Amino acid sequence: MLQGVVSGLLFGGVYSLMAVGLTLIFGVMRVVNFAHGDMMVWGMYLAYVLATRAGIDPYASFLVCAAALFALGFVVQRGLVDRIVDAPHEMQILLMLGVALVLENVALVAFGPEPTRVRSPLASATLWLGPVFVDVARLVTFLVAVALTTALWAFLFRTDLGRTIRAAADNTYGALVVGTDVRRVYAVAFGVGAACVGAAGALVSPILPFQPPTGLSLSVASFNIVIIGGMGSLLGAFVGGLLVSLAESLGAVFLKPSLKELFSFSLLIVILLIRPAGLFGRRSA
Amino acid sequence: MKWVLVAGVLALLALPAVLSSYALTLFILIFFYGFLGQAWNIVGGYAGQLSAGHAAFVGVGGYTATMLSIELGLTPWVGMLIGGVLAALLGAIIGYLGFRFGLRGFYFVLLTVAFAEICRVAVSNIDALGGPLGLYITFTGNPRQFQFQDGRVYYYIALALMLVATLTAWAIERRRFGIYLAAIREDEAAAEALGVNAFKYKMLAMVVSSFLTGLGGTFYAFYLFSLQPNTLFGIPLSVEIIIRPIVGGAGTLLGPILGSFILTPLAEISRLYLGQGGLHGAHLIAYGVLLIGVVLFLPEGAYPRLRRALARRSGQTR
Amino acid sequence: MSLLVARGLSKRFGGLHAVARLDMEIARGEMLGLIGPNGAGKTTVFNLLSGFLVLDAGDIVLDGHSIVGLPPHAICRLGLARTFQIVRPFPRMTVLENVRVGALARCPRAPEALARAREVVARVGLGPRERVAAGALTLADRKRLELARALATGPALLLLDEVMAGLNPTEIETIIQLIRAIHASGVSILLIEHNMRAVMALSQRIVVLSFGERIAEGAPAEIAHHPKVVEAYLGEEYVRAAPA
Repeated sequence: MLQGVVSGLLFGGVYSLMAVGLTLIFGVMRVVNFAHGDMMVWGMYLAYVLATRAGIDPYASFLVCAAALFALGFVVQRGLVDRIVDAPHEMQILLMLGVALVLENVALVAFGPEPTRVRSPLASATLWLGPVFVDVARLVTFLVAVALTTALWAFLFRTDLGRTIRAAADNTYGALVVGTDVRRVYAVAFGVGAACVGAAGALVSPILPFQPPTGLSLSVASFNIVIIGGMGSLLGAFVGGLLVSLAESLGAVFLKPSLKELFSFSLLIVILLIRPAGLFGRRSA
Repeated sequence: MKWVLVAGVLALLALPAVLSSYALTLFILIFFYGFLGQAWNIVGGYAGQLSAGHAAFVGVGGYTATMLSIELGLTPWVGMLIGGVLAALLGAIIGYLGFRFGLRGFYFVLLTVAFAEICRVAVSNIDALGGPLGLYITFTGNPRQFQFQDGRVYYYIALALMLVATLTAWAIERRRFGIYLAAIREDEAAAEALGVNAFKYKMLAMVVSSFLTGLGGTFYAFYLFSLQPNTLFGIPLSVEIIIRPIVGGAGTLLGPILGSFILTPLAEISRLYLGQGGLHGAHLIAYGVLLIGVVLFLPEGAYPRLRRALARRSGQTR
Repeated sequence: MSLLVARGLSKRFGGLHAVARLDMEIARGEMLGLIGPNGAGKTTVFNLLSGFLVLDAGDIVLDGHSIVGLPPHAICRLGLARTFQIVRPFPRMTVLENVRVGALARCPRAPEALARAREVVARVGLGPRERVAAGALTLADRKRLELARALATGPALLLLDEVMAGLNPTEIETIIQLIRAIHASGVSILLIEHNMRAVMALSQRIVVLSFGERIAEGAPAEIAHHPKVVEAYLGEEYVRAAPA
């Protein structure tokens, strides 16, 4: 069982990265990115293509994937979401559902429905750390994810652009008044959020088998974490990611694998009912 | 306007005489998805509660009637009603949890998706219900078992279902029930201040909608002679259900029907020309693009836009 | 005869006592003004009376029934209607359709509700604009719509939350006449207002709130020079400097 705990925690780094991306988008723009999981799947497929066509290991290419997804997020925000900032929430939900549909099914058409995994030399290496086996792949993933999250934190709290984003998140009107190009800020924020899952996708591509429908389960996992941790709270997303991963990992120890999805969705319902404000949440959707 | 509609219905009633069997199938699908879309419209359009898990009700309805038919020999005509009631029960549970706990907008969507997926995975794992491969219905051609040799009977049943759903929506729309739903959709708190019991009316809308959708499940099962959990409870079906009313005009009476007349033929054509297998995803790409397009350019849907264009053409003012 | 009796109303938000042990009474047919500096708790009182906020302590009796813990829609049906400080029209409905929603509280059948709505719309002077979408109205008209909607529910007591805010002097005059007419038709009114002239002109009695407590009560003339009131609004120095 300790094994489960360690595995879970290590995988949690990725969950945290995913969740931080989602909560950033929501925190800045009040937009729920229903396509979050599908974007991550695209990060995975991109890593796959780079690995198979260019021979680049995903642990090297994750920055490229992050950059590509940044571009995607930026374009989605600028081109689509931006046009409906003032529209009722349902419109925004439907828009992102549309984006999710497009992303998932283009992937389906381009890559087929069969599960894939990326080969990486690290993937089969293991270490003994005290009483437990540690997958080197998971360890590296965890370390890189934490590093990226820290870098993101530094960006948001130490750079001018980062501060501008946070300011716009707190008070859009005020930001406008002081001359901020709010639309650009939004686009950057969305891009950064997408970049998070781009990196996360690349990092897990050797560990987690994926196919286009995986996007939905990843989205659900992201929502689970972000709702537990509090919509809009970065710390909450980070901690939540570790917690949820831990819970799922322990769940997998006791449950049949095919019931894992059942567990995730049931968890989501319970969370929706008891904690819409989250552990650290300040705002409601 | 009324006369156009009456003429339209009469035309539809007479149509089977001249249709090829392929065209007949197309119309059956148009009516069936129009029916499901109209049922959804009651809670998703009129009440403004976006549900992306309505496939769950189709599944519950379909599996109930099928199991009752297989295990107890119960005629699906009765099984259909029981299936509808069970679907309504599920709808009541989802509605109660969602509305009592104040889940709005995106949270409510998540709730509905979660329930639908739980149903899907649960049914896939229960061997008594056929597991992941599902159930098959043997062909007997016996009308008592909801099976007909003549495709035209299915046509009339599907048309009847669509008309029943539309009449239900019409009855709701013009009464206090419908007016209150519209108020709730516009501004729930303001409506409450005016004496509208939002919880009660949202629940009612949910129950009516899920009951009707459940009826559709039986039709689906007995028309296709098979049920699989992934098809019957899955997200692609939920998308098929909601896309027609959204494109046609959510919250309007004719929106779901117009939407079905526009999208169903398009979906069939794309299925024909883009091949089989993995390319099944291709028409979903089109749906995604359409959703985006509608949100950006035609948020109220095709029908209101059309109605305004026609009114302008004939020189009337609204 | 008391229409509304509120005793010991208390509401806290975290450490802040928004309303503290407030007593208030409104007689049948009365027009009561509720004033106080910003943050005094006036809108909180409205939210408590109309069921939008849950009381921490206290009792509210409307026409003999206790309405504590009842949801807003039930309180509305018992005869208490309210308007919102920031108007909330149903934007995609017309003026008439908006008011019809309120009228349905009195006339359950849609055609009768429509007829009643038409009457009320005419009464507030929006007749010529009854087919206009609410989202397209001017602010003054939206305020009138908000009034009409609440009026259509047939209330015994109407709560008006800063109806004059944002209106120019002419519009204010019109609304004052309208409120007088509504009052004259038998509806008791509790109004929150910052516009002193309007409050003094309309109210028969005024209650002054500061930091969630009642600090003064009486006829308009008394209140205008009440030292506690001056202090609450302007600060202690002005109490001594205030002319008699």
